[in-house]
Amino acid sequence: MTKTWRKLSFMLVAALLVGACGTGGEESADGGETDGGGGQETVKAAWIYPSPRNDGGWSTAHDQGRLAVEEKFGDQVETTFIESVSEEPGAATRAIEGLARKGYDIIFTASFGFMDPTLEVAKKYPDIYFEHCSGFKTADNMSNYFGAMEEAKYLSGIAAADATQNGLMGKVVSFPIPEIVRLTNAFLLGAQSVNPDVRMKTLFTNSFFDPPAEKAAAESLIDAGADVLTQDVDSPATGQVAEPAGAKWVGYNSDASEVAPDAWLTAPIWNWAIYYEDRIQAVLDGSWESQSYYGDLSDGIVGLAPFGDSVSQETIDKIKEVEEQIKNDEFDVFDGPIKDQAGEIVVPEGETPTLEELLSMDYFVEGMEGKLPAS
Amino acid sequence: MSRASAPIRPRLVKRLVPSRSMRIGVRAGAVVCAFILAAIFLLLTGRSVGTIFGAMWDGSFGSPYGQAQTILAAIPLIFTGLAVAIAFRMRLWNIGAEGQFYLGAFGATAVAYAIPTAPAFILLPLMILGGMVGGGAWAFVPGILRARLGVNEIVPSLLLNYVGILLVDYMVHGPWSDPQSFGFPLGKPFSDSATLPTLGDTAVHAGAIVAILAALAISLVLSRTVWGYRVRVIGENARAANYAGFSIARNVVAIMLLSGALAGVGGMVEVSGVVHKIQANISPGFGYTGIIVATLARFSPLAVVPIALLFGALIVAGNELQTVGLPSDIVLMLQAVILLFALAGELFVQYRVQWRPGSSSSAAPAIPSEPERQAAASASPSIEAG
Repeated sequence: MTKTWRKLSFMLVAALLVGACGTGGEESADGGETDGGGGQETVKAAWIYPSPRNDGGWSTAHDQGRLAVEEKFGDQVETTFIESVSEEPGAATRAIEGLARKGYDIIFTASFGFMDPTLEVAKKYPDIYFEHCSGFKTADNMSNYFGAMEEAKYLSGIAAADATQNGLMGKVVSFPIPEIVRLTNAFLLGAQSVNPDVRMKTLFTNSFFDPPAEKAAAESLIDAGADVLTQDVDSPATGQVAEPAGAKWVGYNSDASEVAPDAWLTAPIWNWAIYYEDRIQAVLDGSWESQSYYGDLSDGIVGLAPFGDSVSQETIDKIKEVEEQIKNDEFDVFDGPIKDQAGEIVVPEGETPTLEELLSMDYFVEGMEGKLPAS
Repeated sequence: MSRASAPIRPRLVKRLVPSRSMRIGVRAGAVVCAFILAAIFLLLTGRSVGTIFGAMWDGSFGSPYGQAQTILAAIPLIFTGLAVAIAFRMRLWNIGAEGQFYLGAFGATAVAYAIPTAPAFILLPLMILGGMVGGGAWAFVPGILRARLGVNEIVPSLLLNYVGILLVDYMVHGPWSDPQSFGFPLGKPFSDSATLPTLGDTAVHAGAIVAILAALAISLVLSRTVWGYRVRVIGENARAANYAGFSIARNVVAIMLLSGALAGVGGMVEVSGVVHKIQANISPGFGYTGIIVATLARFSPLAVVPIALLFGALIVAGNELQTVGLPSDIVLMLQAVILLFALAGELFVQYRVQWRPGSSSSAAPAIPSEPERQAAASASPSIEAG
């Protein structure tokens, strides 16, 4: 119940924002011809990634979605991508507009920093469809899409709690923004659901993709005594540190078990293929419409990667059970009671945070060590 | 190694006066060599050289859209390039243009948010002033440390970059955060009058004109004013300048202020012309690229403009290359090869290679080379506190 409500309100907020910022784009006759809902024979689709497509994480997950589209639609689709695009607005706009000018029918921009550049180009090219990942702005020809990664983070936290020997976990964190704070809390809450005493240290790299900084942060966490590492940064550098240190590792974004086979527990992952195939089909059918998509465990956009050998069947069963509860809306990751670091109750028993509270979460939950910067 | 079999060794001999045709010829030759090497590499990896070079040309200079993008990419580099160039005219290395760029954006944003409803003809000049003050203040610190205490300017100016970037980070996470952005690090959008207009129907904003005016003004100040003359004399020979009664300390501070102000205007132009708000990540390293731009321009303010345009073209062409199927790594490699050759070409403009028999003991050139003299000069600060 709570989850359905949250999804609805997310769309409501997004719809309000469309009114606030999406309208009034200047018309500029350019791009392909309008297809009046009649559909088309073939689709040219392009993706923009913030890091190399073989980063073993975020961009890899998106590129697997692109490859799935190629596989499914064959000759009906032509795809391309631009990787390692800087989030500096000038560079991002240039990359997106370059693709729009080349006549791509639909352009997916896969990083938060591409939001305003995507909107800017979308206004100039009303006949091209734009899809922005992880933001909150839309327009008549621009959707946004993301998913309830906190659900998968919570599940992976259970695996981490069963793996830790000394009860201290460590996380390499990118930015102190609400989305990341939410995911970090969800992971620890999942771990605490099976072992209330487990604690977690965090280190910020202030970047989504900076393998040397990620490696240094992971090493510091190992030195501080953490025996399970996890991350929300893009590369598998954290796992490369965990493996020789004999620690365990919960990755992120894609299955990177081959990087650190002994350390590997699992990873919360994105299955973008589900969404991308759907949207390409919509363009082919002529049924594409602007929307705010927020997927979850139920539709499979988020999930867990295959488990490592060291994860016991008992743990796996436990995770499957909670997964079913979440899918059936019997349980929400942020169901109260939840305490913040100071021990104050932030979500009372029997309540769930409102969407506003989730989207602006600016506190760490009890058991987190280290302060949230700039708050 | 016996004396009898002494090998023929190359040595670099400084050209007394590099001729004009030599300067142009060597530089053009360097770029041609870079493209030949790149072509060989592309052929070896089984790619179509014609398609790839065609895409580079088309995306940068070969189409009106490409030209506009090239200019847009060059604008911030003109400002940071000028900042580094002017400082080096007094043999000061301003490595802090990156931070000064951020502080310029900071100062301009403070003005834009304070009086958002002021008309553009008042607001934009005030924002430029805000950018100059922000960037200048950031460069003042290494300047005064150098002038009063003889602290080498490189380290303080470099370290302040991190402080500047984090200061803007703090502002966009906190006081300047847009309430509509759900805590994401984005500032509120600028008002229309805080936004630089575009030139005609192009995507190029008015910052292009500011950039060119700045280059012209700096060039005139250096070549036509007494102060410019003093700066050049201090740069060439601090001891002589001191003897002539020029206040070195005061001029060190002044030139760093000017340098920082230039980078700061770059930051203002970027937030006002491109980003239209303040946010993190406004520069992917413009301040550092500016060092290369200034070096290739031989620290001449006017030459900074075409060099920055070449850099802009290289950056813009990178996206085009990816859409014709080159991985981003090879794009970066091509850009690096072209840069390396251009830098190496500079060596051959200043020096010629002389092949003559020599022994290992006499390998040192007879005349101390310019790089050696510069290294010696920077090892012991030649500009003392005055």
